[in-house]
This record gives sequence, structure tokens and C-alpha cells, in this order.
Amino acid sequence: MHSVLAVDDSASMRGLVTYVLKQAGFKVVLAEDGLEALEYARNQAVDLVLTDINMPNLDGIELIRELRSLPHYKFVPMLVLTTESGTDKKMEGKAAGATGWLVKPFDPQQLISTISKVLA
Amino acid sequence: MTALRKQVDELTSQAAEGDAAGQYLTFLLAGEEYGVEILRVQEIKGWDSATPIPNTPEHVLGVLNLRGAVVPIIDLRKRFELESIPYGPTTVVIVVKMINDGHERTVGLVVDAVSEVYKLETGEIQPAPDMGGSINTEFVRGLATVEEKMLILLEVDEIVNFSTIDIDESEEAAV
Amino acid sequence: MSLDIDMAEIAQLFIEESMEGLDIMESELMNLEPGAADSETMNTIFRAAHSIKGGGATFGFAEISEFAHHVETLLDEMRQGQRAVTTEAVDLMLQSVDCLRDMTSTLSDGPTDTTRAKELEIQLETMMQHASPVAVAAGGVGQKGSQDAPAGEPADDNSHVGSWDIHFKPHADILRSCNDPLRIFRELASLGELDVCAQGAENLDFEKLDPEECLLAWKLSLRGDISRGQIDETFAWVQDECELVIEPVGDATSQDESNAVDASEEASAEPVAAPASNEPAPVKPVAKAPAASQESSSIRVNIDKVDALINLVGELVITQSMLSRFNGDYDFTQLHILREGLTQLSRNTRELQESVMAIRMLPISFAFSRFPRLVRDTGNALGKQVELRVNGENTELDKTVLEKIGDPLVHLVRNSLDHGLETPEVRKAAGKPETGVLELNANHEGGNIVIEIIDDGAGINKERVLSIARERGLVEPDEELSDERITNLIFMAGFSTVDKVSDLSGRGVGMDVVRRNIADLGGHVTAQTETGKGSKFTIRLPLTLAILDGQLVRVGKETYIISLLSIVETIQVGSDMINKVAGSSELFRLRDEYLPVVRLHELFGIEADSTNIDDGLLVVAEANGQRIGIFVDDLQEQQQVVIKSLESNYKQMLGISGATILGDGTVALIMDVPGLIQLFHNKGGKLDMPATATA
Repeated sequence: MHSVLAVDDSASMRGLVTYVLKQAGFKVVLAEDGLEALEYARNQAVDLVLTDINMPNLDGIELIRELRSLPHYKFVPMLVLTTESGTDKKMEGKAAGATGWLVKPFDPQQLISTISKVLA
Repeated sequence: MTALRKQVDELTSQAAEGDAAGQYLTFLLAGEEYGVEILRVQEIKGWDSATPIPNTPEHVLGVLNLRGAVVPIIDLRKRFELESIPYGPTTVVIVVKMINDGHERTVGLVVDAVSEVYKLETGEIQPAPDMGGSINTEFVRGLATVEEKMLILLEVDEIVNFSTIDIDESEEAAV
Repeated sequence: MSLDIDMAEIAQLFIEESMEGLDIMESELMNLEPGAADSETMNTIFRAAHSIKGGGATFGFAEISEFAHHVETLLDEMRQGQRAVTTEAVDLMLQSVDCLRDMTSTLSDGPTDTTRAKELEIQLETMMQHASPVAVAAGGVGQKGSQDAPAGEPADDNSHVGSWDIHFKPHADILRSCNDPLRIFRELASLGELDVCAQGAENLDFEKLDPEECLLAWKLSLRGDISRGQIDETFAWVQDECELVIEPVGDATSQDESNAVDASEEASAEPVAAPASNEPAPVKPVAKAPAASQESSSIRVNIDKVDALINLVGELVITQSMLSRFNGDYDFTQLHILREGLTQLSRNTRELQESVMAIRMLPISFAFSRFPRLVRDTGNALGKQVELRVNGENTELDKTVLEKIGDPLVHLVRNSLDHGLETPEVRKAAGKPETGVLELNANHEGGNIVIEIIDDGAGINKERVLSIARERGLVEPDEELSDERITNLIFMAGFSTVDKVSDLSGRGVGMDVVRRNIADLGGHVTAQTETGKGSKFTIRLPLTLAILDGQLVRVGKETYIISLLSIVETIQVGSDMINKVAGSSELFRLRDEYLPVVRLHELFGIEADSTNIDDGLLVVAEANGQRIGIFVDDLQEQQQVVIKSLESNYKQMLGISGATILGDGTVALIMDVPGLIQLFHNKGGKLDMPATATA
């Protein structure tokens, strides 16, 4: 069973993502912001990171940058799931090391297929 | 004759229905044995003095602390206008659940002593006749005879009417 | 979070979040200074709108999402500096926030009423039509958010459906974002028959090879009925991290034949498949979300508070284990340990109680937050200039109290705006600054919270209050009252100073309702005023409805509890200080007032130690502006008591607000002072006595 670290400051989004991922058979670890995710990631490995961008404390792009500097996260796929769709943000995300970019609102099927693809 | 008898039987058994059958806890009060549906009984505890609530009828002895809940205590002798006697070692409080107007309350009833638990079938319960004023028939669900004794089965919910309890009665009690 | 979490629950979360987001939007909009948009503030507002739009679409609330999109578009222009922040725009935004709030709060009730939303959409559109020059230069409006979905790039050979040759040379660092070319190839292979040929392997220097770099290029050949869009999509995320050449293969005729059909197919297929598509792809609309009650019954608790609670429980367990050693073998030499343990237990209990109460505590800012808006709107409607100052908004109080204090506060604030503060002309004429000041203060005082509503308006006209009170028969014609008493007459039932019913506060609800609502919370309200200088309303409330700071009093064998909030003072009076009026009521003189003596033993029909006034004490208590002296045998300690309802198993009783369980396990009744006054009155006690000293 693949594990996904899902990071979002919105409880409803966390709920929805958890719901969708668990239905698809993933193990889900939740974090409310980048800092919490980073704290978790320092000691734990996951198979994939799915993060929002706009979050308090540590935003998603910073999180990805920090995670990429951790040896055990160097090659972990990191997907961004955000309402942001601006090219600048995407470039920023890519520079930080994001593996892919999904725009909210998302289609659950699409989320699962994207995750499955990058995990394949 | 027999046909008429049968009809009456049917009618009375119908009237006594409304799950009158079941287990009853009986207690003694001024020489009579009364029964309350055992499902309504929450616990039986020894008598302990209650905190009086001012301006309430005489049969409302006050309130007790029942594991953190504040529960009113009713003296059934006084409620049934029977002669009062001093509380003795057998005096107990039967804590029952009453439902009035959709509101569920826990109430303690002070009785002389607890007696038995009987299982009664519908056929064993007869409707209450006019008791001649000593006990208001609205409290009484029916009568049953067990081991040659008469049991007066009480309608728990009717023992105290909380919506009218102070209106007529307390005026007298208060003056 | 469990797997079986209901979608309805998640949607409910969305509703709660949106409500919070709307509150943020509102308060931040209020912070916007027209003309000078602070970018951080604008971003916050924009993000909130954006989240509502996104969530709305995700959860299948299309009306919300659609309307939020309009709002967002305008906000985006302002955020980007393409549109000036004008008062009109802010007003329109505020109205939109209201509309969104209405829509959100009725989401669970079925189809949303979009009438208002449609009206506002038109207004928003109209505002956008008046494009500011910057906006025109930027190339239109409203599309900013969605135009850059990478998959949507139309290519010249978009219509070709068939086989493709692809030359793919990723940048060396493509692996750093975990975009493994193998994954891309796998995806392409799922579209059709794929041949892969790696290039550049011959130039690799294996000695110096960095395994984290990708130094190869590939030549790919993809056979099948594949559209350009499908390939673009596969490379979407890496297209700027590689050299990519995609060329159609095959003859032109077959291509043309298939055009008509495939183009439409492609159009319909793309929005679903494109990973970065901005089209909302909603989850099935949630049929029945739990009703979004305004008084939400859940509570969000700061994790620190929960941690504190867990720590305390830990300490309690330690204390318990310490005390449990005394279970079997008791030894007098260990007495000090027992005593220590009991001290610790009482400390644990107290701290635990405080911590548990703290969980229910919320800052009063939840109640205050609506006032900036209310003051602004009401001020505008009345043509008054008002500056609102708020202090102590972090003061915490019980959630239940907080929820119930909202309406009385609104009423008092409206009252101050309506009747207190003057119009700029009047103020100018009176030599005051044209802008009036309305102050809201909150702070803790002992176990209570004190809220003040202060205005620097005209003040309450005491002569007028008195004459109205006389007119209405609230005061005897020859009765003389202190200034304070007169001012507080406005709280009496049947009193209203408004001649013409105002649109704002004259809604048939008088100050007596405010007083009653506050009294229901166990608090009281008083007014102070100075003609020409302004008025001050002071609300005093218990911090919680579950616990009361009580004074234990004794009458005979009975112990009663009187809320410390209602006690003014406790005095001992001699029988020579008592006057008998009309043969029945006893009065005693307290400074310039005569107060009736309420004998609890008579009122309750119980035995007192003594009925002689010299032997007992008078507890001076106040309710609804009326003071009484409650005659008791003795005062006992003051303590916090947990309020238990008498009603839950018995019924409400006049003069008794509840009961509590004392340390010895017995029940004590809690007095309700307003009820006592009424009871006293019902029993023939006379309260309407001259209140000013005649002596």
C-alpha cells in the first residue's frame, strides 16, 4: 500500500483528499501546513507528497524545496494541488522540485490517475 | 350469557393492553402492595434527607443528589393522601423514570418497603375499578392477583403531573 | 480520520470554512482604505474568494462557485493593481459577501436562491465594463486564472490524429523533480504502439556519471490514432525542461477524413483528461448536508488547550496512584503523604476545571467582528460619521454566552448610533468633532466579563426619560429619583423614547428585551449618561453559564446560594433602622435609598434561627435596577458552584435559578434575584415605595 502525505490547511480539502485516496487504497498521512508536514517528513518516509500552495507557516513551494533537501525525499514524487494556476507559480513550483501540478477544483478520478501514474 | 362474557373479556383485555404485561416491582404502602413496571425503575436506595424546594406541595419532599443529578423526591403516602408515618429502616426511595409531555424525568418515590418482582401476563391484569376516592384512578393502570394478594399496578407517568404541580396545590401549600 | 467519513460531513466542513472565509473577507474589506490597496490585504481577500470558488466547484455547489468567480475576477484585477479600490467597489464586494453568506448558509436546505446573486453579478459585470485603462492594456478581464493551462496550447497540427514522431531531450536535472522519462514513456505507450530509441549513451563518461542527472535523449515513434493534445498532456509538466519536437506522421488525406469526427471527440475528451485543466470537475453534489446552524454546535479548540488538558489528566493519574497506596495499609506515619496527596488532588481538580472551561472559551472578537460593518452601514444610512474603536477583543468568554450576547450587543450599538451620536452638523454646532466615536470595550473583572458600549453623543435626555416614564405610569407623579435611576428607566418594560419608529433600532424591541436577554445569561446592564458628552452602557456577565461564583447563605438548616454578581453588599442593620410601610413591608435605609427587606424564611416557609432583624444579616442584591435586602441568618463561604438545572427532572421554580451539589454531597438551591423580587411582590410585598430619602 502506497502512502501519501497530504498537506492542506483546509479541513474540507483534507477530508475530501483523504476520502478519495483511501477509497483508492492509499494510506494517507495528513498535515495542516508545510511546517507540520516537514516535521513529519524529517523522520518518516512516504511514497508521495500531495500539497497545497497557500498555507500558513510554510507554504507548499517552500515545503517542496525543504523536502527535496532531505535525502530520503530526493526522489519522492511531489504533486501540487492548488487553486493557483498562474504560470509564475508553476515555474516556481517546478524550480522547487514539484513533480506535477493539479488545479483545484479537482476531479477525484483525475487525482487518482495522476497519482497512480507518478507512482508507477 | 357466555357470549356476552367473552365479549367483555375481550374488551377488557384490549383495554388493559398497551403492554401492561411484563415484570413489575412491587412495594408496600400503608398495607397495600403496589407495582411499577420494572423497566421504569432505575435504582432503589435508602432514604436520605432531601433539600426542600420552597413553595411546593407537601408530597414533594425536595431534591437529592443522585450521582450528580438533582432529582426530586416524592412521598407516595402524601401523594396518595394516606396517613404519614415516620420513616423507618425499611423506608426506601425507588428511583423511576417518568415521561410527561415528552419530557423524561428521573424522580424518587418514597415508599414503606420494597416487596417482590412479579411477571404478569396480560390476562392477569384487570382494569382498575373505582377506588372510592382514596386513590385517584388515573394513577392506576390495573389490578392483578398474585398468590392471593391484590397488586395495584401504577401508571408511573401519572404519579406526578409536573405541569400542574404548583398551580392549584402549591397555593395552598404556600400560604 | 476514518475511512467511512461521510461526504456530507466533508461538505459541512466546506460550509463552515466558507463562512469563516467570508468573515475574513468582510473584515479585510473593511480594512481597505479606498485608493490605497494594501497588497497583503488584497491577497487575503482574494484567497478567501478563490477558496470558496474552488471548494464550491469541488463539492458541487455550482451557484456558489459561479458567483464567487465573478467576485474573484474583480478582486483579481484590484489585486493586480489593474483596478482602483473605490468605495463603490468595496461596497459591492461587501454586498457580495453578504450574498455568498446567505447562499452558503442555506446550502443544506436545497436549491439555492440565486436571484440576489444574479443581480450582483450584473453589477459586477457592469463595474468591469468600466474598464480602467490598465485593465484594457492587460488584455481583457476574467480570463487570467485559466488561460495558462499547459495542455490547452493549440498547435498548428492540432487536428492531426494518427501517428507521431517525437524527439525528446530532457534537461539534465529533470530527475530532480521526479519526472522520470520512463514514466512519460509508459504513459505514451498506453496511447498507442511506442518505439523508443535512446540517444547519447555513447558520449557518457561513466567515471564521472552523476546518477541524479539525465544525460540521454530519446527518439520516440508513436503509432495509433492519437491526438496532439494527448501527447502534449503527457509532456505538459516537463515541456520547459526539455527539447521537444513532435511531428505528425502519415498522409494528409486520411487526416482530413477523420477531422470532423475527431475534432469534436477531442474537444469533449480534453477537459476531463488534462491534468491542469481549470474546468471544475465537481464531485457528485452532496444530497443532504447537515443543517448549517448559525449557532454551530461544534467547537474548534486550540491544540494547546487540549494538550494542557492531557497534561493535567496525567497529573491526576499520578495523584491517584499516590493516594491509592493508602487503600489497604494505613499508617499514621504516612499522614503527611496523605495530606500532600489531597492538596495535590485539590489543585489538580481546580486546574482541570479551569482547563475544561477554557475549552469552551472563545474570544469576544467573534461577537465584535460584525460591528465594523454594522457601524459603517448604519452610519451611512443615518448620515452620521462614526469612528469605531474596539478594545479587548481577545477577552475570552464561554461559547454559549458569546452566542447569546450578540443580539443584545447589536441592539445597544444600534441604539447608540441611532439615538446617541449626532449628525455632523449637530456635532459641529455643539463644538464637537464631526466624527463621533463609538467605543466597544471588553475585559475581565474577577470571574466576570465586562463589556462597555460608549458613545460621545448627545447623552440620554433625563428630563424626557422621566416625563415619559411618568406618562406611561412607570413612575409615580410625585416620585423623585436619582439620576442613575432615571437613566436606567429606559430598561423598563413599556418604555421607549422613540417618537417615530426608526428603521434601525425601533424594531419593536425595546431596551427591556436587551436587559432581559442579558439577565437570562445571569448578567446585568446599566447605563450612565452625561448630557452633551455621551452615554456608556455597561454589561456585566458571568464568564460561563455552567459555573457561578456564589455566596453561600444560611437560613435555619438550609443553605442557599446567591450569585456574587447580583450582590451589592452585605450589611447588618438594627431593628431601629427598619421602617414599616403600610403595616406590611419592612424598609431599611441604605444611604439615600429605602430598600424592602425580603425575609427568605417567610418567602420560603422555612424555620430561621431568628426572625429578629438584629440577629441576622441583610444581603443587598440588585436585579433590574431594583434593590432588595435579603434577610438571612448567616453568611457562609463564597465558592464556585456548578449549576444544575432544576428543570431537567423537576420544573422551573420562581425565585430559584437552579441547584448545585455541595462538597458534602447535599443539594443547595441557587437563588434567582429577579425571581425573588417577583415572588416577594406576588406574596403581597410592596416594592413601589418612594425611592428617595424622605428622612
